[in-house]
Amino acid sequence: MNLHEYQSKELFAAFGIPVPRGIPASTVDAAVKAAEELGGELWVVKAQVHAGGRGKAGGVKLARTLGEVREHAEGMLGIQLVTHQSGPEGLPVNIVYVEEGSDIDRELYLSMLVDREVSRIAFIASAAGGMDIEKVAEETPEKIFSVAIAPDAGLQDYQARQLAFGLELDKKQMRQFGDLIQKLYRLYIDCDASLVEVNPLITNKAGDVIALDGKINIDSNALFRQAKLVEMRDESQEDPKEREAAEHDLNYVSLGGDIACMVNGAGLAMATMDLIKLHGGEPANFLDVGGGATSERVAEAFKLILSNENVAVILVNIFGGIVRCDDIARGIISAIKEVGVEVPVIVRLEGTNVDKGRALLADSRLDIISAENLTDAAKKAVSAVG
Amino acid sequence: MQPRKPYRLSADEKVLMSILVNKDSKIICQGITGSQGSFHTEQCLAYGTQVVAGVTPGRGGVDHLGVPVYNTMAEAVEETGADVSMIYVPAPFAADAILEAADSGVKLVVCITEGIPVNDMVKVKSSLRDNDCRLIGPNCPGIITPDECKIGIMPGFIHKKGRIGVVSRSGTLTYEAVYQTTTNGLGQSTCVGIGGDPIRGMNFIDCLELFEADSQTEGVLMVGEIGGTDEEATAEYIKANVSKPVVAYIAGVTAPPGKRMGHAGAIIAGGKGTATAKFEALDAAGVATVRSPAELGSKMAEVLG
Repeated sequence: MNLHEYQSKELFAAFGIPVPRGIPASTVDAAVKAAEELGGELWVVKAQVHAGGRGKAGGVKLARTLGEVREHAEGMLGIQLVTHQSGPEGLPVNIVYVEEGSDIDRELYLSMLVDREVSRIAFIASAAGGMDIEKVAEETPEKIFSVAIAPDAGLQDYQARQLAFGLELDKKQMRQFGDLIQKLYRLYIDCDASLVEVNPLITNKAGDVIALDGKINIDSNALFRQAKLVEMRDESQEDPKEREAAEHDLNYVSLGGDIACMVNGAGLAMATMDLIKLHGGEPANFLDVGGGATSERVAEAFKLILSNENVAVILVNIFGGIVRCDDIARGIISAIKEVGVEVPVIVRLEGTNVDKGRALLADSRLDIISAENLTDAAKKAVSAVG
Repeated sequence: MQPRKPYRLSADEKVLMSILVNKDSKIICQGITGSQGSFHTEQCLAYGTQVVAGVTPGRGGVDHLGVPVYNTMAEAVEETGADVSMIYVPAPFAADAILEAADSGVKLVVCITEGIPVNDMVKVKSSLRDNDCRLIGPNCPGIITPDECKIGIMPGFIHKKGRIGVVSRSGTLTYEAVYQTTTNGLGQSTCVGIGGDPIRGMNFIDCLELFEADSQTEGVLMVGEIGGTDEEATAEYIKANVSKPVVAYIAGVTAPPGKRMGHAGAIIAGGKGTATAKFEALDAAGVATVRSPAELGSKMAEVLG
């Protein structure tokens, strides 16, 4: 689950991490009022969407008068902001964050995530902040510093120093930075974060270290113990189809092609997509119906697949292990009848009770194309597109 | 990476065997009274697995499926002398269950549970470093030595005792690979589903080390997927340490970056973890890779001659 910048900064502030003052606003008037309340002569109006690259997309703007605050808020609220991370349709801007302007001296990069190679939470820092960090990592890896934290010992002072020296901080800033990352580490653990990114972390003209931006992702497996954070969820930022799928315990990711797949198991689902591509087709989606593919779930899966207008053929690939192929076949038959599928359906069943399953499909008199094996299924799907 | 010394078998050891579990393995099921635990314990018992005890805190003293239930792992191990635990405990309590198992003295813990918070697994993994207990999973189908011992949720009937070691990050895709080696007559020595989470217990390398040393295993099928760099590290390891033929497939060539493909670990992030990079690394290490998952079995047959 992703949090907005303003929510992330609320959490930063709650953990004692210095952030600029700011107020979220969902109307233009509220944005102007927020600027008035903050006072001063410089504000930043920031579109709140779950995607990076807002600056370049016109989602972050400086304002020197209240009139400019109004103008920027009007320009952002209610639009779909398209950034290089948002997808072509963009994401709706329902909230802008109005923040006091900062006197930036240097822009740094700081993030936390799990380093899979060492199975530990790691800090990543770079003096080259504000830029595309992946590019920095690729072109100038020597500018990236990283420390991994032993969970029982926690973040050590020497590790904080290591990062601070890498960031070329002065003595006062090192002290502030050491304090800041201890609090960030606490936040990461307490909130079950899976990513915390501060880009940029700045030093200002007064020489203080401040989190100018904030991005927090929460581990969705840990939401059962993060009731307060669950309230911060913003469904308007999620793909409606993927959200609907999740409500039915389906795992769905839409892709660009025209051959829809319905598969049990994530690995087999990916393999099925790969096989379609290998035989010259383009998959329309990733869809894992899970181990217990009941007829109800299969019906929901068909509905979901068919809500994508590009779908020209459906490939169902089920390896019945604990679930029996005859049960799956009944599910497919009732789903096709219920949903009214008008595109060709290719079904490949294997595993427990496969003969019964295939017989049921054959006797159903529905327009189902049966496939003998994986390769046969992929070939039939590709040729059905024509 | 640290180069490892290949394990050499003594003459006595060169008898038909398997890795990690066999007909003598004695298993405790943690979470045996839950619906998942009950269902799959019954399946394992039917397969012939020696499930000697169950553990559900607060249910100690009852009999479930003809198996005695204890309150704690310590008690269950002391009473039964079991050496393996299989876990179906719900995700919020699963990390605790793994650590309880590791502390009880069993040598192998197989955690089937899906959806354990990653920060919990960071702690578990760190604690296990001080322990000689091995962990398989979490979020995995389990481990099976055909005709001897099935620990997990895989359908037993698709397996056949034989020559191939299987190690995979996936569930049903593993069944696919296994079934291909059953239908073409090769059969399996042991199949290990190591799971789809970013932080897990045993990895490809750990399994390959054991398969290399196992006299029953003549070749290894490896099924990887996008995300992380384990397959790349494994390629290096194979090049230096594995003399037996390895056939590999990586799922997710078509997966777009930044999108999680079902498994928590299956995501291409920061330009790392693409299927293409993994295939290249494995090819460079002399592994026989297949671009089609339908060719895992036939490729292995071809390689073994």
